[in-house]
Amino acid sequence: MLVEVLHYGGGNVGSLLRALERCEIPYILLKGTIDGTFPTGKHPVILPGVGAFGAIMQGLEARGFLEPLTQVVTVEKVPFLGVCVGLQVLFESSEESPNVAGLGFLKGTVRHFPTDFEGSKVPQIGWNYIHAQQENAPEGFVYYVNSYFADPADANVVLYASEYQGTRFCGAVKHENISAFQFHPEKSGAFGHDLLRHWFDALPVEVLK
Amino acid sequence: MSHQGFCKRIIPCLDVDSNGRTVKGVKFQGLRDIGDPIEMAIAYEAQGADELVFLDISASHEGRKTLVDLVKRISHDLRIPFTVGGGISSLDQVLALLEAGTDKVSINSAAVRNPQLIADIASHCGRQCCVLAIDAKRADQLVDGRASWDVLVKGGREKTGLDALNWAKHAVSLGAGEILLTSFDRDGTGDGFDNALNRQLADALPVPIIASGGASGPESFLHAFQDGHADAALAATIFHDGHWHIEDLKQVLLDEGIPLRV
Repeated sequence: MLVEVLHYGGGNVGSLLRALERCEIPYILLKGTIDGTFPTGKHPVILPGVGAFGAIMQGLEARGFLEPLTQVVTVEKVPFLGVCVGLQVLFESSEESPNVAGLGFLKGTVRHFPTDFEGSKVPQIGWNYIHAQQENAPEGFVYYVNSYFADPADANVVLYASEYQGTRFCGAVKHENISAFQFHPEKSGAFGHDLLRHWFDALPVEVLK
Repeated sequence: MSHQGFCKRIIPCLDVDSNGRTVKGVKFQGLRDIGDPIEMAIAYEAQGADELVFLDISASHEGRKTLVDLVKRISHDLRIPFTVGGGISSLDQVLALLEAGTDKVSINSAAVRNPQLIADIASHCGRQCCVLAIDAKRADQLVDGRASWDVLVKGGREKTGLDALNWAKHAVSLGAGEILLTSFDRDGTGDGFDNALNRQLADALPVPIIASGGASGPESFLHAFQDGHADAALAATIFHDGHWHIEDLKQVLLDEGIPLRV
């Protein structure tokens, strides 16, 4: 029983891998065209989010991940977890990279926090509370670093909501086999690690065979 | 009543020497070894610290290698964000520290010498990684009709001729994502943070300000947040000496209405 973590270059995924180790979640790192390893459809997939929206989409394309990822997530319905910008690229587009199409697994767009008022501080850097929007979702404090947030077309996909400087925004999504966190569970202390472990423990048994 | 929104941050700071040990300056007696930084870091996480800062006080060549090894070990165990600073002068050093697992780096003297370093870190690693540390000392003269603070480097031994607010604004325009603002006048005094300084920068800049220098009891933190408008407050001695357990400190501040994670 293990998860497949996509490594598409560019950023450092070490922090997330350390957290998976601390949670005793076994993983393998997939590097796409670099070493010929791609999502197999036999294991859950984790997409870490390092860098800008456009850079991640470019990295996924360059490593040959786009087609197999779309196949396993949208057709084979393999469990998927996105983290940080790994949540944002699930949507169709982002104000961060206006000419780049996202994965489009979920309907909606990604927007920048408002800065048109005095005292505005963006990015959001620090701990914030996540309010459950679905059942069986424990609440607590998590660590965010973000200037952008997802604005889903279907509010029912929102798992957690948080508020920053008067803007209520999507802290996590959960829809069928797709889950994603805008915050950093790997930096969110014991609670963040509980959330990772909770996602893993709740995976349907049949996909883990 | 607990708070359920965005929080102010409490940040213990650990000075680390070339042997990879946490040390503390003792007046006229040099440095005293006060423990293993990893054990201390884990203990502070358990106490409720929101982030940690590690400063390499040796900033020597051999100390640098020790530091990278230490960062690897910290990132293996620590579950909250941490920043590493002290003598960082090149993008290569920054990349090595980030690769080893730090979340942010703090730069100081090297940024004054070479402001382009700020832009290089921001463009390669993102501005959220780039913390600008400023050591500021109250100046007698006004700048643009307002109070001003001189930017000092080399541990306060050298004046730069820069005004703290103007320097911070320039640094943010280059890509600094946070300001670690240490009052040279208050550091080590226990007289409270310099909140005129904190407020001047916090109100003028679109990035978080970490107040540093002068922490004593809860009232000093209360004032840093309420009067200084700081986003975070950093301290060393009061935590290392066990004068305040972070959880207790946070509870007192929470009761005073400061938004904190408990």
